[in-house]
Amino acid sequence: MDAGDGTFYHQVMFQIIRNGPVADVVIIGSGAGGGTVTKVLTDLGMSVTLLEAGPMLHPETDYLEHVWPYQVPHRGSGPGGASYFGRGRDFGWFSAHAGGWHLEGEPYSVAEGSKFQWFRSRIVGGRTNHYGRISLRYADYDLKPYSRDGIGTDWPISYDDIAPYYDKAERFIGVTGSKEGIRSAPDGVFQQCPPPRVHEVLIKKAADKLGIPCIPNRLAVITKATNGRPACHYCGQCGRGCKTASNYSSAQVQVFPAMKTGRVNLITNAMARELITDNEGKVTAVSYIDKATRTEKQIRCRTVVLAASCCESTRLLLNSKGPRHTNGLGNSSGEVGRNLTDNTGFSLGATIPALAGMQRHDSDGMGGAHLYVPWWLWEKKLDFPRGYHIELGGGYGMPGVGSFAGTVNREEGYGEPLKKAIYEDYGTRVNFAGRGEMIPNQDTYCDIDPNVVDRWGIPVLKFHFKWTEAELKQVEHMEKTFTELLEAMGGKPVRRPGTAEQKISTGGEIIHEVGAIRMGDNPRASALNKYCQSHDVKNLFVADAAPFVSNPDKNPTLTICALAWRTAEYMAEEMRKGNV
Amino acid sequence: MYKRREVLQRIAALALAGPIEFGSAQHVHESVAEDTKSGPYKPQALTAHEYESLTALCELIVPGASKGSAAAFIDLLSSQNPEMAAIYTGGLAWLDEAMKRQYSADFLAAKASEKTAMLDRIAYKKNETSDLAAGIRFFAWARRMTVDAYYTSAAGIAEVGYKGNVGMTEFKVPQEAIDYAVKRSGL
Repeated sequence: MDAGDGTFYHQVMFQIIRNGPVADVVIIGSGAGGGTVTKVLTDLGMSVTLLEAGPMLHPETDYLEHVWPYQVPHRGSGPGGASYFGRGRDFGWFSAHAGGWHLEGEPYSVAEGSKFQWFRSRIVGGRTNHYGRISLRYADYDLKPYSRDGIGTDWPISYDDIAPYYDKAERFIGVTGSKEGIRSAPDGVFQQCPPPRVHEVLIKKAADKLGIPCIPNRLAVITKATNGRPACHYCGQCGRGCKTASNYSSAQVQVFPAMKTGRVNLITNAMARELITDNEGKVTAVSYIDKATRTEKQIRCRTVVLAASCCESTRLLLNSKGPRHTNGLGNSSGEVGRNLTDNTGFSLGATIPALAGMQRHDSDGMGGAHLYVPWWLWEKKLDFPRGYHIELGGGYGMPGVGSFAGTVNREEGYGEPLKKAIYEDYGTRVNFAGRGEMIPNQDTYCDIDPNVVDRWGIPVLKFHFKWTEAELKQVEHMEKTFTELLEAMGGKPVRRPGTAEQKISTGGEIIHEVGAIRMGDNPRASALNKYCQSHDVKNLFVADAAPFVSNPDKNPTLTICALAWRTAEYMAEEMRKGNV
Repeated sequence: MYKRREVLQRIAALALAGPIEFGSAQHVHESVAEDTKSGPYKPQALTAHEYESLTALCELIVPGASKGSAAAFIDLLSSQNPEMAAIYTGGLAWLDEAMKRQYSADFLAAKASEKTAMLDRIAYKKNETSDLAAGIRFFAWARRMTVDAYYTSAAGIAEVGYKGNVGMTEFKVPQEAIDYAVKRSGL
């Protein structure tokens, strides 16, 4: 298709736009961004066409919530015991995603010298089906990093611009938390967070001792009935998907209710290929591959919202070439694909002897920790800029394949002594995971690999990725902090050998990729304006994490929802006024 | 998408009963009933001798392993995966050979003390010699999968003391458990 010399668009030019109705709005992607736009626009009485690259979601049968491992012949190791050979389902058999690090027939390239992993989930709801539900607001200073320390770029909006939309998003999807008055972790509209588990009580005490804040967690889980959704039943299995929709997933909480209005035309198994433009450079149609028939189809539209995920939306723009935009649509700035970041990741755990021999009890709770550690050193001068938050792990999890591998490797042997060791070890492990800010750098970006197309014939992305000193120093700080916390609890963490570069997560591994179609006031330095509307193409909007200008030490989903909400309202108003 | 009626039923159940009777609990009963109906597991990848040897080995690794259907678990996966099957057919053959060389009897026929004497050697990485390396590697596989099979079975889950997967109306932590751990931690 692509000769690699810029001739790709010729094929497109000769295509005939199908006759058919003109959709007011086509939304590409049904995850957090697409789900939110769908909800907001249909609430305003508008009709939307929603394209999803994967199939329909059927929570009652797709979600494996409450299934015991022994109800599955392979116990969760996958057919043929795949997980024993490193070929198991990513995040385990029971996870609610429909995808993984590698999708059959849909490759991506990684540049020589780079490491990058890209997690995609092709199903209605996308990655919100299985994600960690951590819902953290960006702080005021997170949006103005350049003003604060002279590194990176300021967002064109401030905390005050986005705060009302955090309120709306939290109120609607439901988020746990408590008012704390900590600048790095702004308070929001919170539901009651359940009390801490035993290991979390110990962590809090250790943190208090070290002067580190440890506060009720902020999870998109409802602890009181909300909008017809019953409260959480504390089974700890959010990652498997929640059949009662007591956590946030865009499919159950936004898309399905919106469909009841009759104003959503959901097209599944529709892999967006390209945006078609007219002579004035406006989008007139979306070309997609109908996977069932492997044929190309087009939907004419008045406006289009990209919400396919940061990197898929980027890919779509870069693949939408025309004679007037040979390096991709909406890319006169050349910024599309650049400024890509992930969050940093590092974890460390240890056995806590104080937990051994404790009375067994049900510690399932929400599908995630009940406490977390927000960044606490924002005013301190450190040897790295920015910060991280800490996620906590532990408790009596449901035993699964590999649950006791650590004990078995350490203990060896067999028979009653082995069983005793397993019994004593169970539930005594505490783990800390840091998630921190990565600063955009020149060496981290994605572009189109001219040599590779996917099974639909669509050119694929190529990733270039590099951590810098800022992130590596931060990970060293994480290791030091986690060691101190574990030691304060009586644990003896084993320092992992190697350099920070070996210990830090692989780029993309934290699945918080943001920034590749960034917003800004200057059209020469950014692709989108402050409403996530393309500077170049007025009827093109982006509603996933691609517009983010920085990637603070907070999981991006809540900000995706808030920004998408704001974008949808702006877009509806502009359409009403006849401006787009 | 959850149905409204079902949600209401669940809320009612939550309000009245505490732990929820989920659909999956029904599946458990059905699947257990199914197992009993179809009789004992018939090996699909291993020969009768191999399967019997594996069953004995699993039982030594985790006493009670048969309650977790450990040998059946391993055989089933081996029947789906030649790479797995080779580990077990090869490993069990190695074990029989090593036993015969040492005790003039294969693993099944050997005395209990002879079996454990062999396991005492192959159950530890520190014993690795060129003679034992293959056996140690095989034993690590068998141990790992036996532990997995047992502790993912109803018997193993009960034994290790996992109390969850039932749901709660309100999340509570026993105060005695908190007091116990806090006291021991010195925090």
